[in-house]
Amino acid sequence: MANAFLYLTLIAYFGATALWLAFFLAQQEAFCRAGAWVMGAGLICHTLALLQQTWVLGYLPVATFGETLLVLDWALVAVFLFLYWRFPIKVLGALAAPLAALMVSFALILPGETGAVSPLLKSFWLTIHIGLALLGYGALTLAFLGGIFYLVQERQLKGKKFGFFYRRLPSLEQLDTLNYWCLSLGFPLLTGGIIFGSLYAQHTLGRFWSWDPKEILTLIAWLIYAVLLHERLTVGWRGRRAAWLAIWGFVALFITFVGANLWITGYHSFASFLKAP
Amino acid sequence: MNLLLLGVNHQTAPVALREKLAALIPDAAMAYERLQELPELPEVLLYATCNRVEVLCATEDPEAAQARLRDFFAGNPEVSREALEEALYVHRDLEAVQHLFRVASSLDSLVVGEPQVLGQVKEAYRAATKSRATGPILNRLLHKTFSVAKRVRTETGIGDQAVSVGFAAVALGKKIFGDLAGKTAVLVGAGEMGELALEHLKGQGAGRLIVANRTLERGLELARRFGGEAVSLDELEDQLLAADVLISSTGAGGYLLTRDQVKAVMRRRRQRPLFLIDIAVPRDLDPAINELDNVYLYNIDDLKEVVDRNIEERRREAARAERLVAQEAVKFMGWLETLAVYPTIIALKEKAQGICQAELKKTLAQLGPLSDEQRRALEVLTQAITTKMLHDPIIFLKRNHHPKKPHQELDLVRRLFNLDPDRRGNYREKDKEEG
Repeated sequence: MANAFLYLTLIAYFGATALWLAFFLAQQEAFCRAGAWVMGAGLICHTLALLQQTWVLGYLPVATFGETLLVLDWALVAVFLFLYWRFPIKVLGALAAPLAALMVSFALILPGETGAVSPLLKSFWLTIHIGLALLGYGALTLAFLGGIFYLVQERQLKGKKFGFFYRRLPSLEQLDTLNYWCLSLGFPLLTGGIIFGSLYAQHTLGRFWSWDPKEILTLIAWLIYAVLLHERLTVGWRGRRAAWLAIWGFVALFITFVGANLWITGYHSFASFLKAP
Repeated sequence: MNLLLLGVNHQTAPVALREKLAALIPDAAMAYERLQELPELPEVLLYATCNRVEVLCATEDPEAAQARLRDFFAGNPEVSREALEEALYVHRDLEAVQHLFRVASSLDSLVVGEPQVLGQVKEAYRAATKSRATGPILNRLLHKTFSVAKRVRTETGIGDQAVSVGFAAVALGKKIFGDLAGKTAVLVGAGEMGELALEHLKGQGAGRLIVANRTLERGLELARRFGGEAVSLDELEDQLLAADVLISSTGAGGYLLTRDQVKAVMRRRRQRPLFLIDIAVPRDLDPAINELDNVYLYNIDDLKEVVDRNIEERRREAARAERLVAQEAVKFMGWLETLAVYPTIIALKEKAQGICQAELKKTLAQLGPLSDEQRRALEVLTQAITTKMLHDPIIFLKRNHHPKKPHQELDLVRRLFNLDPDRRGNYREKDKEEG
């Protein structure tokens, strides 16, 4: 599954990581600008790599954990760069870039696919289901990273201990706005992903919802985000609580993504993709 | 060419003397007119800031220039020579460059890191260029100074830290709100420190300013001064609904606001962040308020601690800045010293050119008629030989310049190529050779 574009992507993401960490330490504007460009170049390579694989395989490569990780990583970087362009919180790159680089590394280490692939995967509708869900994951992952920054910065301000991070992290207001943006971007995407999946399940399996472990976990994560969004809009929840909910929501998503695929069996697990239904 | 800097600052001279010296340059153009008449001062720059009066010049004759500048400073009849001599410091060459860099980078200021001094030096330089008082050396030095000052500001944290309570409050506010523009600030009670803090907030673009005071009269007066509104203390809780920043400095005995009061208000505010600054002693605001989400309470001790730590931090950063300044000053002196080799290089080239032309003329006369092409080929040939011959000596001059004995190499080259035929030393050498 490895190809030249993927290695270029890997190099670019690690390069962006170095630049962004340099920005974080030295606080020189030029580093983060360069970091964004290198990351953008990485995203282009990443896109080409995915397109090439899709072309060769005939479907979006999501049959194994490694392949899916690669698509998720693409979604994460795409959403990050979109947010960076619209709403620049520069230090976020210092977490997002290393995460992106590590995800590509894992994707390259993890074993590739063997055997025949379930024809279910080749459907256009399933591609939409997965694409939307993973873009949602990307945005919500960024909400999680922003939440971590928020909690660190809030702790400094409340505790009146101004350390290394105080100067380097942006204001609470900016971090809270980031939380809101990621949520209002990620939640509809995730919802859309669930709806498409459900429609497709009705079409192919004859039922909208099967209480598959992955579906249950996703529902939990979805409920956490729904509560957060609702409370934000009605009673003005924000700050620490919003950051914590974004973190808990991400934990649920993480278990969904990693756990449900590797440890729990169900028709969403990768093991089931590689044999005929 | 030498650099010379004379001046007094807050460490050497009392304000009375500094004032009188600064009075010498009320109108820079006039002062420059006087100084430019002096042949010893081909390039000169004057600058006075709140804490210093200094003159910088580039001169071939530093001793004479120094005497002239001392006379200039003593020009104000109210200044006694003795007081002046005691306060005046003189820096030459490397020290002068370093001093100027330190001044512009605000390392020599009363409050280290204050940003105004660079602007004042820039302003003075602009006045000097207007009077055409500076030349190539000072121009280059001043441009270098500005870039060094900028580097100090961006590469060290010398100016990052707030060193007054008002600035500390503003810096904290920025970390909470991102931007203070358009925020609503409430001042509770009058008092110098509270007013200063409000002033800082206003300077940051705070939108609405509200003054709540026990006596409405004083409140009204303050509100007028800041262009805000005055309210009575009883309305405080309602005002808290609109407020983003609240500064409290009343002389009240008990707590003005309790945790429960603020908690109730926060719900009504839909949890918009609230920044409370309690600079009253005894405290006006219940310390337990800080436990509430989205409320940030700082009392005077907290702020002072921030300020103390920042001053300490500035001191550390200043040490880094000093290193940078010292390095840059050495670099600049390196450039200044290379200036000395240029007359020699030019003389060398001229001499070679002269020989070349003379020999060419002779040869062309002997060769008889030549085509233009042939003639050009000969010219190119001689030109190429001299250029290549001189290449290494010139590189040697530029590179092997001994920083401690700048004239040794120069002398050697000048004698080697007999660039100063009038000098006695050269004749003697020649005589020996011939004899």
